[in-house]
Amino acid sequence: MEKIREIVLPGEEIILGENKPGNGIYVENGKAYVEYLGVKSIKSGYVNIIPLSGRYQPQKGDKVIGKIVDIMSSNWVVDINAPYLAPLHVNDTPWKVDFGDTSKYLNVGDTILAKVMSVNEVKQVWLTLKEPGLRKLQGGHIITVSPTKVPRIIGKDGSMIKILKEMTNSKIYVGQNGIIWVEGTTESILKVVGAIRLIEREAHIIGLTDRVKEYLSKSKKENDVE
Amino acid sequence: MSGMKTDIKLIDENGKRIDGRTFDQIRPIKIEAGILERADGSAYIEWGGNKIIAAVYGPREVYPKHMQDPSKAVLRARYNMAAFSVDERKKPGPDRRSIELSMVISNALSSVVFLEQFPRTAIDVFIEVLQADAGTRIAGLTAASVALADAGIPMKDLIVGCAAGKVENTIVLDLNKEEDNFGQADLPVAIIPRTKEIVLFQMDGDMIEEEINRAMDMAINASLQIYELQKDALKRKYFNIVQEDELQ
Repeated sequence: MEKIREIVLPGEEIILGENKPGNGIYVENGKAYVEYLGVKSIKSGYVNIIPLSGRYQPQKGDKVIGKIVDIMSSNWVVDINAPYLAPLHVNDTPWKVDFGDTSKYLNVGDTILAKVMSVNEVKQVWLTLKEPGLRKLQGGHIITVSPTKVPRIIGKDGSMIKILKEMTNSKIYVGQNGIIWVEGTTESILKVVGAIRLIEREAHIIGLTDRVKEYLSKSKKENDVE
Repeated sequence: MSGMKTDIKLIDENGKRIDGRTFDQIRPIKIEAGILERADGSAYIEWGGNKIIAAVYGPREVYPKHMQDPSKAVLRARYNMAAFSVDERKKPGPDRRSIELSMVISNALSSVVFLEQFPRTAIDVFIEVLQADAGTRIAGLTAASVALADAGIPMKDLIVGCAAGKVENTIVLDLNKEEDNFGQADLPVAIIPRTKEIVLFQMDGDMIEEEINRAMDMAINASLQIYELQKDALKRKYFNIVQEDELQ
């Protein structure tokens, strides 16, 4: 990562110097300005603005958790918490679905772990299930967080999510779109929910990992007493 | 409502206005960003006696579907006054005045947001006036632009505005309720602070060209002061998050 990290606001001028304008920067009359609220970062010759808020913007390759909201004869319509609904075509699933038989495999209200296959210039999103690990999620519990908090919940190289999984003995999938799926006993789900809310609330205070560990072990002891 | 007859002396012998301000002073302003949990972005503004909440949702799917534009997003602002926001209870619901203000605010905000980045979507802005004390359209617009930035929506710049007017033949800045009701003219102006382009300009009452120019200059100068408050409100909210990043 880069040393210089300052909050920038829309309309603020950016001195590019040697660098090129990257994400979140627009150029007008030869000068560069910030497009949205975020932090400035300089990486491999580009100045980028990393957003601090905002809705999930689908990107190719993202793993997302979505809910089926509509069924057509050869595709499903999935709500992935983005500005757009995303279709999933039967050819992009591991099943052999006959025309019109879509509802036999996935129904309205079902949850899936899918991958963003493509996003085109008019922001049409296509999903796929044709990869190991991608599937329909049965049972479990859904938690929604802001998509900008997802990196904190995953932690550095997945450290935070590993702690959550190990200390609660639960199965967790985190979608890049801010939707989290948890499966386990009622107690462990409650613990995970509590820990995630703690991460969301106190993400900016130092020693987050330790506090999450403390939170999880404390509730463990309390449960034992009961 | 300008030009109603009154016995109140709006400006005294020393040039002080009824709330003790001089002719070129604005009312105290307090802005806070991100006050609503469920909205994508929000802001609260206290501007003199005005208390206004602005909330932003989106970009999201457009309903009704026929409003959607395949080339860009539609920005829909809704200005609404609470029934209890004024002395005499206001009949709830949109009326002629609030429909027009919703339109001018939508147009002003549309001029800075990069709508082409979100084809087929809607960005909804809700402005709720909880307490009104003259100059609500500008205060609402100022709060709405902070809420848009808080929602992470790409835009050219924030929008900021201020009103000026004419009271007892003097050009004054940022009219309060009495001055608005019994003064001679009211001139709300909103600008893009970086380029000083005008995005909203209306006038109620009569002024000559010279007076309009003076009032406009005063309003633009005051807007630039308020712009600093907007930036401060946003930076205050996000300061903690960035601090933590530095430590990692």
